[in-house]
Amino acid sequence: MDSTATSPPPPPTKKPLKNPCNLCQSVRAILKRPKTGQQLCKECFFHVFETEIHNTITDNKLFSRGNRVAIGASGGKDSTVLAYVMKLLNDRYDYGLDLVLLSIDEGITGYRDDSLETVKRNRDQYQIPLLIISYKDLYGWSMDDIVKEIGRKNNCTFCGVFRRQALDRGAIMLNVDHIVTGHNADDIAETVLMNILRGDLPRLQRCTSIITNDTSEDSSGIETSKILRSKPFKYTYEKEIVMYAYFKKLDYFSTECIYSPNAYRGHARVFLKDLEAIRRTTIVDIIHSGEALSASVQANESTKLPTMSNCTRCGYISSNELCKACLLLEGLNRGLPQLGIGQTTKIRRMHDAAALNSTLASGLSVPNPTASSGTEESPNGANKESSSRGGVVVTHIKDLERLTTMPTLNTI
Amino acid sequence: MVDSLKIELQFSGGMELLFDNQKAIVTQVPTQFPLESSASDEKPHAANIKDLIGWMATTLLKERPELFIGPDGSVRSGILVLVNGADWELEGELEYELEDGDEIVFISTLHGG
Ligand SMILES: [Zn+2]
Ligand SMILES: [Zn+2]
Repeated sequence: MDSTATSPPPPPTKKPLKNPCNLCQSVRAILKRPKTGQQLCKECFFHVFETEIHNTITDNKLFSRGNRVAIGASGGKDSTVLAYVMKLLNDRYDYGLDLVLLSIDEGITGYRDDSLETVKRNRDQYQIPLLIISYKDLYGWSMDDIVKEIGRKNNCTFCGVFRRQALDRGAIMLNVDHIVTGHNADDIAETVLMNILRGDLPRLQRCTSIITNDTSEDSSGIETSKILRSKPFKYTYEKEIVMYAYFKKLDYFSTECIYSPNAYRGHARVFLKDLEAIRRTTIVDIIHSGEALSASVQANESTKLPTMSNCTRCGYISSNELCKACLLLEGLNRGLPQLGIGQTTKIRRMHDAAALNSTLASGLSVPNPTASSGTEESPNGANKESSSRGGVVVTHIKDLERLTTMPTLNTI
Repeated sequence: MVDSLKIELQFSGGMELLFDNQKAIVTQVPTQFPLESSASDEKPHAANIKDLIGWMATTLLKERPELFIGPDGSVRSGILVLVNGADWELEGELEYELEDGDEIVFISTLHGG
């Protein structure tokens, strides 16, 4: 609303402009940039914000002309602004990209169902086709089902593992070359901090790269599909994303997930904000530290990632016989939800024990780890269909034929 | 002299969830702080945003004030504030002296991605 509404409009040219914009000098500034301290008017802010993202995209050569790019869309502020800006830059600079929205329906009543309504409005507002894929369809379990089964402890583990695979599955269904996500500079700094605190160096490496097509188990691509992932907002501050959405009046959904207070990230976040209040450059400093550390990790042989093959059950890239999602599902379907939570060696031991138990108890056919490991390593994943049908009862990707006929590709 | 200021408060980005899901509240804020009812030994002064935040936390918030106000009496980190359409960091932040008719916006950055 107009701030001058309650007082008579001041005569022009009388008073010097309060807080003039540092760029155009002629309009009142409305934002102090967290990165630089620069004060900008609305139009100059829009211009600078969009241009910096354009520069990030071109400097890092994120896309090539003709690429089909999926925007991971949750309906939240980051992905809503990302969809808006991707569309705008694709038109303005003629990137020649074919954009689609890809949303994951985790099946969380009162949260995801509402946020998906926002994504559907974005689809219409930005005229970008939308695909929604659900945990229920992919895995047979919604998050509501999972929480009913296992309670609220560890449910974020399930959700995180399932989401990553679901995005890849969706990307394959959409035949895209590339997935962009809305991770911003603040998110990345938080993740760097959390990975350092947990001593998770492989993840540290992944979270700092602007573009990845690595093949580690719970990171992005499926080896055979060569789907790239990138973060065009890697250098974009959360404050500016929120201010951009506010001043552009973008329609986004802002309710916290009802199952995930994510206490650990919350603490990292508050800690970073407090540091930032003292030292303006904290966010970029931490991202740079993460990059420097991952460079030295890369140089160190001992931290190399294990050799990758394909999950014997679903074909997803994995360093073990079963990928993490299949392991978690096996636990769920057998009523042993602890399976797959915690340390890898422990998981594998539990998996072997569970496989043995269930074979004895119910006669379920479970691939024998020693017999199958040599034969299932198809380099192109071509035999994943046959291996998942070979008498295995628990499958989470319910055959790719079914997936391709899933009816939710809402073209406009 | 007026004894209260008309202030329009607006909430966005999930902030409204703390204020009965209201997107905007027009309210009357005392012109002078500290209030007589408070035990504060602060010197009397004209209402500023810091006073407003404390006043909102005690009079408007129904629950969980820690999601709005920090231990230092400012908003919790991650909440953006706009004064008459501009970033409060350009307006003196906590020290900004309220004027009759001001419009103050609170935006949460903490919700969702
Ligand atoms: Zn300007
Ligand atoms: Zn699998």
